[in-house]
Amino acid sequence: MNWLIDFFGAPERWSGPYGIPVRLLEHLEFSALALFLAMLVAVPLGLLIGHTGRGHLVVVVSANLARAIPTLGALVLFVLLLGTASIWPVIIPLVLLAVPPILVNTFEGIRGVDPELRDAAYGMGLRGGQVLGQVLVPVALPLILLGLRLSAIQVVATTTVAAYTGLGGLGRFVIDGFATQDYASVFGGSVLIVLFALVVQIGFTLVQRVTVSPGVSRRLKVRDSGATSR
Amino acid sequence: MITFDAVTKRYPDGTVAVDALSLEARTGEITVLVGPSGCGKTTSLRMINRMIDPSEGRILLDGTPVQSVDPPVLRRGIGYVIQQAGLFPHRKVVDNIATVPYLLGWDRKRARGRAMELLERVGLDPGLAERYPFQLSGGQQQRVGVARALAADPPVLLMDEPFSAVDPVVRTSLQDELIRLQAELNKTIVFVTHDIDEAIKLGDQVAVLRVGGTLAQLADPKTLLAEPADDFVREFLGRDRGIRRLQFISTDRLRLRTDLTVAEGGEGHGDEPWLLAVGSDGRPVGWLARGRPGEPEPAGTYRHGRDSMRAALDAALLSPSGHAVAVDEHGKVVGVATRQALDEALTEAADG
Repeated sequence: MNWLIDFFGAPERWSGPYGIPVRLLEHLEFSALALFLAMLVAVPLGLLIGHTGRGHLVVVVSANLARAIPTLGALVLFVLLLGTASIWPVIIPLVLLAVPPILVNTFEGIRGVDPELRDAAYGMGLRGGQVLGQVLVPVALPLILLGLRLSAIQVVATTTVAAYTGLGGLGRFVIDGFATQDYASVFGGSVLIVLFALVVQIGFTLVQRVTVSPGVSRRLKVRDSGATSR
Repeated sequence: MITFDAVTKRYPDGTVAVDALSLEARTGEITVLVGPSGCGKTTSLRMINRMIDPSEGRILLDGTPVQSVDPPVLRRGIGYVIQQAGLFPHRKVVDNIATVPYLLGWDRKRARGRAMELLERVGLDPGLAERYPFQLSGGQQQRVGVARALAADPPVLLMDEPFSAVDPVVRTSLQDELIRLQAELNKTIVFVTHDIDEAIKLGDQVAVLRVGGTLAQLADPKTLLAEPADDFVREFLGRDRGIRRLQFISTDRLRLRTDLTVAEGGEGHGDEPWLLAVGSDGRPVGWLARGRPGEPEPAGTYRHGRDSMRAALDAALLSPSGHAVAVDEHGKVVGVATRQALDEALTEAADG
């Protein structure tokens, strides 16, 4: 408890280039940028592969690579190669980390749509792009959002590790704290990271609430019909 | 009119799904494609709206080869109903029905107005409009599927086993509904089923296909039952072919006797072994046996002139007297068709 008071109670924690607001913003910036770039690559690719059925090897390879490459290793590698003059040595491994869950889930979501439904959509006279945009994406949306959420959580957690490279983010409180035996900083930083991850989770739940049709999520109750016919 | 002109569908692996099929689906009529699985009936249907393209031959829609029309454009002009309804789960019922009008660029208000009109037309409560498909029963979903196919008022309707996934009671009501709708709309309908009874009930003409995608027989249901072209068709039609034929014979000319009735509670007269007790409302109460007092026994009825000979015979078999009670549309007795009268009518039917 004392550590918490020490950490959050100190006025200097709330201002300056090493204060909580700045670190929080840095963390947000790295995570959001990495997630956004990953989304830009993985969502269209997943939609395309899921819709056309061609190139699904890309999905398999990417999923396997994600398991094979240690993120910390990639991080160190890019920092050594590119230096720490810019944020890219951190962003690139984060993007690489974030792509596979989005790609795999988007692909699976589109591919998993009931073939009868796809058939009906074409049969009504929708064109390929309309089938994708008006039918497949809305129906696959829960899975697509699941992929984004998994990636977001991973990115937020890994951005913490990025502090090792000397860049900012909430991880600095933990890493610098260890270095200077300032355990209030270690503890407070950890709490902030956990809170941050929770907020991200809640954010995605809200987005899902708003964007997924009740007809897909089946949020509404099946009311007993008052209809005159079966 | 839809014309199949020597249409063949051959898959890359050599399988022939449809083999040199030639037939015509006449305008304003229901043509049923029926046959066992593997007979190419669904493939044939899907070649009409170019969900599948033929390997050889042509399909003409009122003289125009469908091959010459861009598939999405072609499909917007052809209603399509499939087995599991295939409704869009993320859209409300009303928007599902309005799918094609939206595609054709109708404004939202007009498209929704049309959808509401169709909802009622297919026998659904307008209150269902704002629901999602998962909130409906299978039968309701299938009706929405039919409404969606009709939304842009296409002249042609393709129905691919639309009623096979619902229970028998719902299926019967959906079939009756289709017959009623067709009487109002006069669409050119091609209907695929594996159920010969459904084919005979709905079809103006029935095309029986055999495995390998060849046409075994194309005929109206009555002719099909009376004169099956070969053993395959005979076998496919199954048992009771003779009895089922009766459903195409009208009871119009069935001779009725009116001297076999007695008011409820009244005394029997004459030497007839059975008399029909009729209530004060004109409805049949039951059969009374001469010289055997007791409760009247149940009477089988049919609607005279509306029901077929099959129903009349069924009614006769359900009555202890062996006579069928003819009633009008209000259920009031108009007479009794005796065994002799049925026998005469059946003899006539067998000859004709």
